Amino acid sequence: MLRFILRRLLQMVLAFFGTTLIVYALMFAGQGDPIQALAGERPVTAAQRAYLTEKYHLDATGVGGFFYRYLDYLGGLVQGDLGESLTGRQISDILAAAWPVTVKLAVIAMAVTVIFGVTAGVIAAIRRSGVFDHATLVLTLLVLGIPTIVLAPLAQYFLGVRWPVFPPTAGAQPSFYALLLPGIVLGSLSLATALRLTRTSVTENLRADYVRTARSKGLRRRRIVGVHVLRNSLIPVVTFLGVELGNLMGGAIITEGVFNVPGVGFNLFRGIRTEDGPLVVGIVSVLVVVYLLSNLVVDVLYAVLDPRIRYE
Amino acid sequence: MTQNAVRPTPASPTPPGGHLLEVRDLHVEFRTREGVARVINGVTYHLDAGETLAVLGESGSGKSVTAQAIMGILDSPPAYVRAGQILYQGRDLLTRPEEERRQIRGAEIAMIFQDALSALNPVFPVGWQIGESLRERAGMSRADARRRTVELMDLVRIPAAAKRIGDYPHQFSGGMRQRVMIAMALALDPKVLIADEPTTALDVTVQAQIMDLLADLRRDLGMALVLITHDLGVVAGVADRIAVMYAGRIVEHADVHALYRAPAHPYTKGLLESIPRLDVRGQALSSIRGLPPNLMAIPSGCPFHPRCPYVQQVCVDEVPHDLVLGDGRTSACHFAQEVHDDRDD
Repeated sequence: MLRFILRRLLQMVLAFFGTTLIVYALMFAGQGDPIQALAGERPVTAAQRAYLTEKYHLDATGVGGFFYRYLDYLGGLVQGDLGESLTGRQISDILAAAWPVTVKLAVIAMAVTVIFGVTAGVIAAIRRSGVFDHATLVLTLLVLGIPTIVLAPLAQYFLGVRWPVFPPTAGAQPSFYALLLPGIVLGSLSLATALRLTRTSVTENLRADYVRTARSKGLRRRRIVGVHVLRNSLIPVVTFLGVELGNLMGGAIITEGVFNVPGVGFNLFRGIRTEDGPLVVGIVSVLVVVYLLSNLVVDVLYAVLDPRIRYE
Repeated sequence: MTQNAVRPTPASPTPPGGHLLEVRDLHVEFRTREGVARVINGVTYHLDAGETLAVLGESGSGKSVTAQAIMGILDSPPAYVRAGQILYQGRDLLTRPEEERRQIRGAEIAMIFQDALSALNPVFPVGWQIGESLRERAGMSRADARRRTVELMDLVRIPAAAKRIGDYPHQFSGGMRQRVMIAMALALDPKVLIADEPTTALDVTVQAQIMDLLADLRRDLGMALVLITHDLGVVAGVADRIAVMYAGRIVEHADVHALYRAPAHPYTKGLLESIPRLDVRGQALSSIRGLPPNLMAIPSGCPFHPRCPYVQQVCVDEVPHDLVLGDGRTSACHFAQEVHDDRDD
């Protein structure tokens, strides 16, 4: 197991360099005049231009110049320096402010998914072909069919504006309550998937031979379902939730955008819109690490949950 | 929970003249979308304390379904008990509430299954699974349950039991897994053990070990054993009586020696003749022609008639009743006496 983790960590280093290179290339290779992009509409003096060219090594051109700048950036990155955004703020400061908001949002979404999705999935499986089962099937198909770009504004309009149960936007320093509606919207997608997955998994396990054995031992039905079946059924569900949590930690561009939540996705989207290369590359580099780590955690968790899985 | 709670009725002695376990005219059907399959059509057999009854038959003859009906673990839907009685110590289990039947499962009548790998829960250690009955049903503490679990694993001859208590089912060999199943079934000291094809999934050498173990345990613990199998070779050394099943009925029921010496039903005769023999060389193995019947359309009269070498018109027209041949042996064949007397060797 330890060797597996070490090997995965080494692979992560390679994946990290690969992805940062690609993102860096995509962000800067297509740019016309980065200094003008930085200045926006305002004129740039010759002195400023000379200073910035020196600072970002813009005098080196072609592929060689690109790699020179990339390695320079990487050098800073390895030392923990994410650099400055074009607005002059430290990217590490931006992330330090944005991440707690995204984490809160992710936790709310995950709680919604687990409490409603997994529970409803178990009930639907136990009462298979009943009213509850059919109702949840229709509802989940509906939710899965509506893209977030539609669902989020709808929720915002009905629950924030028409019947103002929740604040329509979160704003800077959002409270837990202000994050509740975006959290529910964000969670509803993984909720639907978790529900379907749980239902399938529990249904399958209810038919397993070991359930017959448990019944022949004279155990109560509550125990058979709650201990024997659930413990087996949750293996794929927990794996899914782990991957999903990794995704949620990366911020949700649409949801955060619609509800004006100052999280990671919100900042990433602003960076892309304003062609803020350093900000985009900085955030994505950190996101890559978060993704890779959360995937590793899921793999390890999988082996913990299912004793038949052994990594060599 | 006290010890009393495990045994719901204070061990009422078997009523005089009655049997420990008795199945009377049991009918079970499977209601499926394609139609109704009559899986059990009037099975009657009994079991006395301490004896071994072998229930023999092909796949689909209804031997496992009968056992599951006794345990009360049939999956409904699709399986429904249509008629009959299952008497345990004189009580008809089919009329008892589910809670009472649950109390009987495991504590009075226990069961082991064919494929121990799938019958054991893959994500719990074997010790946990054996001890579960002790903790949940007998109300033992964790420490007591653990101690008793090691004793049970020793009893079924699992080497280094104390060390293996934390291992998972997939870490055991097939034979060891079946021993774990047996230990689990014995946990609450049942009076009846139903073994449903306990050796079918195992190597021949391991089969013999498991059969020996079951025979020893039955003797040492004074249990009664119902041994369900399709393998005539398995039952010879272990069983007292044999009930042969075909198309959801007991077609022949006899003392094991009497049955081997002179079968009184053409189906049993066919089964015995299809066993490979060392002393007869150079002959093709004989087999029973045809296929087991479709349970949704059981043949008229005697269900075995399309495959029977003794078939007459009466077999097509009339369902044979159990013919008593003496010594308590019965045969559901119009020509039972002729088959019994017809010895070609």
